Amino acid sequence: MSKVLMKGNEAIAEAAIRAGCLHFFGYPITPQTEVAAYFSKKLPKLGGTFLQAESEVAAINMVLGAASAGVRAMTSSSSPGISLKTEGISYIIGSDLPCLIINVQRGGPGLGGIQPSQSDYWQATKAPGHGDGHLLVYAPDRVQEIIEYIFTAFDKAEEYRMPAMLLLDGTLGQMMEPVSFDDIPTPVKHEKPWATNGHKNAREHNIINSLFLKPEELEIKNFERFERYAKVCENEQRYEEYMTDDAEIIIVAIGIAARVSKSAIDDARAAGIKVGLLRPITVFPFPTKAFDKIKNDPKVKSVLTVELNMGQMTDDVKLALECKKPVELLRHTGGIVPTPKEVFAKLCELNGGIKK
Amino acid sequence: MSIVFQKTKGLTDAVTHYCPGCTHGIVHRLVGEALEELGIIGDAIGVAPVGCSVMAYNYFSCDMVQAPHGRAPAVATGLKRSLPDNIVFTYQGDGDLAAIGTAETVHAATRGENITVIFINNAIYGMTGGQMAPTTLPGQVTQTTPYGRDVNYSGYPVRVCEMVSTLDGVALAQRVAVNNVKNVMAAKAAIKKAFEMQINKKGFSIIEVLSTCSTNWGMTPVAAMKWLEENMIPYYPLGVYKDKTKEAE
Amino acid sequence: MAYNILFAGFGGQGVQFAAKVTTYSGMMSGSEVSLLPSYGPEMRGGTSNCAVRIDNKMIASPIVNEPNLLMALNQPSYDKFVEKVEEGGTVIFDDSLIKRTDARTDISVYPIPATKLAREHGFQGLANMIALGYMAKKTGFLSLDVLKEGLAKAVPASKAALLGKNIEALEFGFNY
Repeated sequence: MSKVLMKGNEAIAEAAIRAGCLHFFGYPITPQTEVAAYFSKKLPKLGGTFLQAESEVAAINMVLGAASAGVRAMTSSSSPGISLKTEGISYIIGSDLPCLIINVQRGGPGLGGIQPSQSDYWQATKAPGHGDGHLLVYAPDRVQEIIEYIFTAFDKAEEYRMPAMLLLDGTLGQMMEPVSFDDIPTPVKHEKPWATNGHKNAREHNIINSLFLKPEELEIKNFERFERYAKVCENEQRYEEYMTDDAEIIIVAIGIAARVSKSAIDDARAAGIKVGLLRPITVFPFPTKAFDKIKNDPKVKSVLTVELNMGQMTDDVKLALECKKPVELLRHTGGIVPTPKEVFAKLCELNGGIKK
Repeated sequence: MSIVFQKTKGLTDAVTHYCPGCTHGIVHRLVGEALEELGIIGDAIGVAPVGCSVMAYNYFSCDMVQAPHGRAPAVATGLKRSLPDNIVFTYQGDGDLAAIGTAETVHAATRGENITVIFINNAIYGMTGGQMAPTTLPGQVTQTTPYGRDVNYSGYPVRVCEMVSTLDGVALAQRVAVNNVKNVMAAKAAIKKAFEMQINKKGFSIIEVLSTCSTNWGMTPVAAMKWLEENMIPYYPLGVYKDKTKEAE
Repeated sequence: MAYNILFAGFGGQGVQFAAKVTTYSGMMSGSEVSLLPSYGPEMRGGTSNCAVRIDNKMIASPIVNEPNLLMALNQPSYDKFVEKVEEGGTVIFDDSLIKRTDARTDISVYPIPATKLAREHGFQGLANMIALGYMAKKTGFLSLDVLKEGLAKAVPASKAALLGKNIEALEFGFNY
């Protein structure tokens, strides 16, 4: 297997190109600007479009246009930029268009900071724009997995006709790891009879629209969309379990927090603490199926969430556990990443010390 | 019996929702006729704005996308960059194009996006019931300028054709009006020319159409036509502000 | 042996590049690797640092809080990170730019006047490679051969002409 060393941000762009996305529209913002830089180098040579838009607002609407045309299109930004895109995201949801949005999160609110964060979890999973609606949200924790889920995101976005997001943090965008493109899948080709690509006088005119002035029509649209979301929740949950079989304490964490937690788990296991990790890979849909086991497992004494925010995902964890297990939270914000030592100390506390 | 007039195939059979006396109907027909005469209905993709013409997607017979408020030029950019051989146009009002969408308008223009913009300037927000527009004339009474637009307080109107004609990416910027038969004929020729320039890949073309809003102006349709002629045309002179085909000669 | 390495210095001293060479070399020697640069305004002339992890097992977190190997190329970096080095760890530092201020006796500390040597021996701008060669000599964390292979991978095709001089600087540091 041939491996190359790649930055998360560069891997995003390379994987997207290989997944057949030749249309990128974006605006520079730290810590994800390498995504745009990589596309700007590659896409013109491939006959694609890289366009640096005048604003985040324009960029997401260019994606709306390109997605309407039926091509694979994407944009990438970081937290404050995603806030600007929420208008367009809502319209994309309301128009049932597939596309990919990358959020390499940094600390907030406001201009916040530029160091890694997971504080857009609520925005991504609960309120990506005005109105009822969801994104498919993937939260990989390594560069190779970013590559894998770029393919999945485009495929599933087109299958369910909804936008997808990769919810990353500054660490994942900036870090380099060896990756391989040897085993990447062939992009799935979805028919798009709804695309506005010129009817050639051979079919009725297509309309891509999110306006339905009659309440009954709008409600039908929303109900239909939520039926699709129900299928998404049933079929598309993804998660990883690490040493959970005999675990008495379960850590729940995503992205860089999950990786730090794995380090701590290795240390804790060496100290005789039975701890495992449940790592959601999809955060919408939230992997509730994984929690069905945990909530009724008498072995499990407690659950610890580790987050780079004030505890946004912890809400979902408590809901998924139906309050059948106590949930503790270890959190940092503003760009501070918890250390394995901190997590280890918390595990010792939850375990009631180390019994040798 | 010979047919002397029939509705253009560029429009659907849908009944429009526009007020009696509104000039959107005229401009819709002109755009539809231009698409039909150039044989591009099957290649065209229109982008509808937010405002009175939001439901233009039901009226034009080509493929249509409805854009967020002011973002039509960005949506059109995404369409055109993905489908460079198709014909892409936006149809926008003054609030959409010259207030909330100014950045998208200016930047699509300066990039020389090979799209056509049909810009309806009626000096008022129609859909929301007659508020001040970026093109509302000095002294003009609207719902949000009840004492008349005070330029010292609310600022001056934006002259869009003059502004965008300074940008190198613009191929055609022309202001027309639809207040009488002669002007309607001239408007049709301008719209057709704009599409031709797109077909010939000349760059960004914008046709500003001075229009009436008799409902929110509080006038009869006939009085509105007169008001347009006496008040709007002096402030927004008709004419060609930029034409790359002329510059080349 | 697992190496948790921090490369630190001024922006422009090539700490990111030294880290990249190291990461490639670790990868080519068959280990698991990760590299995490500091980012943001620090890149613009301030201190820059880069965390590299080399391990035989899968790397959990790419963050290095307590390095067991530190390369410090300027004073602020030395001062900031020397106290964080793990007990028994090793520090390579450029003593043509850095005065040792700590009193630690539980770590191995190896000075090399890399910047001065680079200037005097025709390796302008390659103090990073001199220090890296010296680090390999003092710790054996990677062999000189594998570092050369990593270097060849890390130099972009557009700068291939610079590879030879980089290798010479690496060897110079190794043989210092």
